[in-house]
Amino acid sequence: MDLTKEKVSIVISQGSLEGIYPGLIMANGARAEGMEANLFFTFFGLDAIHGKRYEHIKVAAVGNPGLHFATWAGGIPGMSSVMTHMMEKKMDKFDIPSIPEFVELISDTGAGLYACQASVDLFGLEKDDFIEQVDSIITVGEFYEMAAGGHIIFT
Amino acid sequence: MPTTTIADHEVEVNDEGFFVDAEQWTEEMAPVIAKDYEIDALTDQHWQVIKFMRQEYFEKGTGPTVRVLGKTSGVSVKELYQLFPTGPAKTAARIAGIPKPRGCI
Repeated sequence: MDLTKEKVSIVISQGSLEGIYPGLIMANGARAEGMEANLFFTFFGLDAIHGKRYEHIKVAAVGNPGLHFATWAGGIPGMSSVMTHMMEKKMDKFDIPSIPEFVELISDTGAGLYACQASVDLFGLEKDDFIEQVDSIITVGEFYEMAAGGHIIFT
Repeated sequence: MPTTTIADHEVEVNDEGFFVDAEQWTEEMAPVIAKDYEIDALTDQHWQVIKFMRQEYFEKGTGPTVRVLGKTSGVSVKELYQLFPTGPAKTAARIAGIPKPRGCI
């Protein structure tokens, strides 16, 4: 049987709930298939591994046609929290883990978690701002070295 | 459906090698299938997971995913990946003679 390991590197670049989950599901699924998987968090995607923020990730209520209501309604104060609460309730029903639980699960599967150096500098962050599961802060060049020979998925 | 011979018994499998009929599986087949994944000896912990997979399959109609295994089998996610490095739910399902678990998370 061919046990050659495939490899996938997944970039998470958005900080909304709907922007973060797909990359997490792809990474977790890759590890479940026995593939090597690395997650690279860049720009607002850094919120998914930010110790003080990753419990408060919200659905984007403005400019999100997928929510199927008028754009002006998305701008009503508190709308994003309401939509997030509704989504979280729905996800809980299907036993989909919260973002903190999911990120920890993915780390336990042996996937690598990396923060983008340029974004960390841009937002004035430090290694201590991130959860302990983050392996390191790496440059785009180091990312490509790590991703070499495998697939790259940008989300 | 293709058939294959495991431990001198002919069994029906799908294209990926998963059992079509879990009733065709016997315990003596497990170590033979495990060799495909370079698992040379099945430990008590391996067996704990294998038996749990079968029990869940017969109760629910599908084997558990890695997350469910980690929450309910008594073996943590980290340990599961040490026991079955090629993917715990998938590998354990194949060794346990049940179809590949369906489920995204």
